[in-house]
Amino acid sequence: MSIDAPVKVTPEARKITTKPRVSDQIFRGIVTAFSFSALLILSMIAIFLLIQGFTTFKEQGIGFITNFEWTVVIDENGVETANFGLQAMLLGTLVISIIALFFAVPLSVLTALFLTFYAPERIKRILVTIIDLMAAFPSILYGLWGFFVLMLMAEYWAKLIHKWLGWIYIFDVPDPIYTRSPFIAGLVLAIMIIPIVTSVSREVFSQTPLDRIQAAYALGATKWGMIRAVVLPFGAGGVVGGSMLGLGRAFGETVAVFSVLNIVFRSNFQILFTQGGNVASMIIQKWGEAAPSEVGALMAAGLVLFILTLMVNFLANYIVTKTVKSGR
Amino acid sequence: MTDQPKNTTPSSLSDVAAKRAETKSAGTQPLGTGLEARGVHAWFDKHHALEDVSLDFSAGTVTALIGPSGCGKSTFIRTLNRMHEFIPHTSMAGQVLLDGKDIYEPGIDVTKIRLQIGMVFQKPNPFPSMTIGENVLSGLKLAQLKVDKHEELLEDCLTRAGLWTEVKDRLGAHAGGLSGGQQQRLCIARALAVKPKVLLMDEPCSALDPGSTLRIEDTISQLSKTMTVVIVTHNMQQAARVSDYTAFFLSDGGPGQMIEVGPTNEIFSRPRDQRTENYVTGRFG
Amino acid sequence: MSTSTVTKMRPWAATPRDRVMTATPVALAALATFIIVAATPMKGKLAYFWLFFLTWFLIDSLFIARKSGSKGVRDGLAAKLTLLGGLIVCMAVFSILWATISNGLKGLNLEFLTANMRNASLFDPIGNGGILHAIIGTLMLIAIAIIFSVPMGILTALYLTEIKGRAAGVIQFLVQAMSGVPSVVAGLFIYAAIILNTPLRSSAFLGGLALTILMVPTVTRTAQEVLNLVPSDLREAGLAMGATQWKTVALVVVPAARSGLITATILGVARIAGETAPLLFTVGVFDSYNFNPFKGDQGTIPTVVWRGLLGGTPESIQRAWSAILVLLVVVLIMFVLARTLGTKGSKK
Repeated sequence: MSIDAPVKVTPEARKITTKPRVSDQIFRGIVTAFSFSALLILSMIAIFLLIQGFTTFKEQGIGFITNFEWTVVIDENGVETANFGLQAMLLGTLVISIIALFFAVPLSVLTALFLTFYAPERIKRILVTIIDLMAAFPSILYGLWGFFVLMLMAEYWAKLIHKWLGWIYIFDVPDPIYTRSPFIAGLVLAIMIIPIVTSVSREVFSQTPLDRIQAAYALGATKWGMIRAVVLPFGAGGVVGGSMLGLGRAFGETVAVFSVLNIVFRSNFQILFTQGGNVASMIIQKWGEAAPSEVGALMAAGLVLFILTLMVNFLANYIVTKTVKSGR
Repeated sequence: MTDQPKNTTPSSLSDVAAKRAETKSAGTQPLGTGLEARGVHAWFDKHHALEDVSLDFSAGTVTALIGPSGCGKSTFIRTLNRMHEFIPHTSMAGQVLLDGKDIYEPGIDVTKIRLQIGMVFQKPNPFPSMTIGENVLSGLKLAQLKVDKHEELLEDCLTRAGLWTEVKDRLGAHAGGLSGGQQQRLCIARALAVKPKVLLMDEPCSALDPGSTLRIEDTISQLSKTMTVVIVTHNMQQAARVSDYTAFFLSDGGPGQMIEVGPTNEIFSRPRDQRTENYVTGRFG
Repeated sequence: MSTSTVTKMRPWAATPRDRVMTATPVALAALATFIIVAATPMKGKLAYFWLFFLTWFLIDSLFIARKSGSKGVRDGLAAKLTLLGGLIVCMAVFSILWATISNGLKGLNLEFLTANMRNASLFDPIGNGGILHAIIGTLMLIAIAIIFSVPMGILTALYLTEIKGRAAGVIQFLVQAMSGVPSVVAGLFIYAAIILNTPLRSSAFLGGLALTILMVPTVTRTAQEVLNLVPSDLREAGLAMGATQWKTVALVVVPAARSGLITATILGVARIAGETAPLLFTVGVFDSYNFNPFKGDQGTIPTVVWRGLLGGTPESIQRAWSAILVLLVVVLIMFVLARTLGTKGSKK
């Protein structure tokens, strides 16, 4: 009699269910509802700004973003012709943000490298505290300091730059007025975004795989050789992500920029000259005396700023999550 | 002890070792006088991890360091190329002489030492941001050594590492696409490119498949013609296959010590210390 | 066991000779800087700093090149540059602190802290009027912001750490998005949503709402980190005793994370205490006391600073500095509080 091996049957997994108590259902309901408040708020921001800015968008069309003029003219019949074009301020935002990144990223990467690979423990703790403190300073403090302290030195540097590099267009000036320029605004913004770029860079540098670091040292590398061969390639993504987070912050800066920049509604690429602007500070500048139609336009500008910052932050968070948190 | 047959190891081990001793050709001109450790101790903070190890690695030989886990073999090998000091709060005692000069001499440039004493690690660690070719030459770049004929050096190192035929058409490909065994051979080629006098290998095959392992063992045998090799291994068959000398490490709960060293075929067939015999016959570890 | 005692050595550590070799270039550079400065018409502390750094690099490179060649020089340069980065950051922070303290102290007196501006103008000499009304206004704003943002923030964090529902990814993303909202947009939004559509007008209440938008993401993020630190054994213990989830959370998890949640709140407050832009749309400016948070403009510290700066006269600017000094002290206190609470909680 042959014995057949029993046919192996894998039973289906049982569904594990539990009926939550009523109190728990209420609890979960409340918590979930409050969590969606974030969604609610963000959508409401977009909606209300859109409602207020709707007429502007309708009348100006795509020109709202591409045109350079921002004027409200009322002719003798009381008819109002309005031209609202953000282009100058959008470019201005870009200009000072790029200047900010130009100074902030190298400084932040160097500081992050110092903290991760060079600093003795005690100095590291002190410096980290100082940087965290920096992040807590109110932006108007940066504005005050920027205007009364930094501007004096920055004016001197601007003059130096103009003296040696003035033959390049962006370093040339139509008039020798160097105060309240995009250059200075960029410098102030740079200091403001250093904490965020440094902390993200630090996080990614500290995650560099130890075995690669050891491989470099075992080949006779110096510390800098190791950093160049292993740390920087590994951390490049995180640095980019951190820089974009800083960029997002720089886009939305209002009072600090307003204090150190002469807001003029004209696009200006001569960064040493006293003329510039960004969308956020323009809104503040025009708000006080805005004509009724202008209020709608300013709301529309706010919506544009909102969407722009959202996009940059979204991209930045995506890059940071992919490179830093996943720990390649 | 005299009743029991001395040779209770699987006959293959000592046979293998004996066979190797026969077939090893007389080494070509050895480089320098080799590496010597004298009275080496190592501490992790207050923990005494390694005690009084003295070993002489003659030029042109392969020495295997065997012993159970945690008895200080890896710590010891890292004192040989001054990688031990990377761990914070470590200290050491004793001397390590390369060609008669102590590598721990104050004022010495440690990066130059590591060019002469190379290391291959347990887990293959090629630089993923570089191509295969760049990986091999990375040691030269890090040391800022000028080499005229890159292609010749590349081919030479990759051939000696047993990888040339597999990658010669894709030197520009990224190192991350290679298999584990290929990556490890790449790391060997990379270590060879700076022309070290000594190559230290810390369990280089323990993370690899048998096929790669055998190929690397081939490489090790070839390498000993031009340099000194020290290899830490858990695999006694491997030690028997590739090494001329074997040193047995053991820790009895305290610091690790080197119990016995000798020609490989003697260690496996006629060990002098009872503890060595217990280990190689598989009674523990 | 060895019977002889062996001395532990660290041959790689810096010997006294090494320290001399490192210190000598520094001293030489200082000397060189001094000589150059004395001999040329160079002026300015910053110029001295750069000069010192440059000479130090050059002299130190000579020392290094002898021992390690160009490889060592590059390594040394990199090390100095990273140090320079850290130093520049420190100098900026100290400059800000120094400017605030030295400028602000001049206008700080009892009157400044106890009176309001009802009978004085920003342009009056110091000694007339004070910012007590603004301090009260700011405190009101903070209180309102806390009332709204702490529950929202903590509950959202609870969703992400305790419930972890299917929407967790979306909500995490939304919280991150919210942290990017520019402060001026928050102010515009409240204006557009409430002032233009309801009978409510500028008030502390609306300002608090605007600040809530900015505060919630900070509170949520920190609360999330803190709640994640609560060991899951605690939760399991609660559930194993038959408690419902909400009881476990309310009576076990939250108390365990209490100090961290307070830290989250404090960090959120520090974030919004100095915000100026949203207040310009929602709170207005006021020179006297207003104890009604729902009606009427309020004086707030940031707007006092703002107006002082824009005023342009030495007196108004002085007031701005003194006001920002007060604000900075408040922020610093909260910063220290948050850190001590944070470390105390983790030591428990």
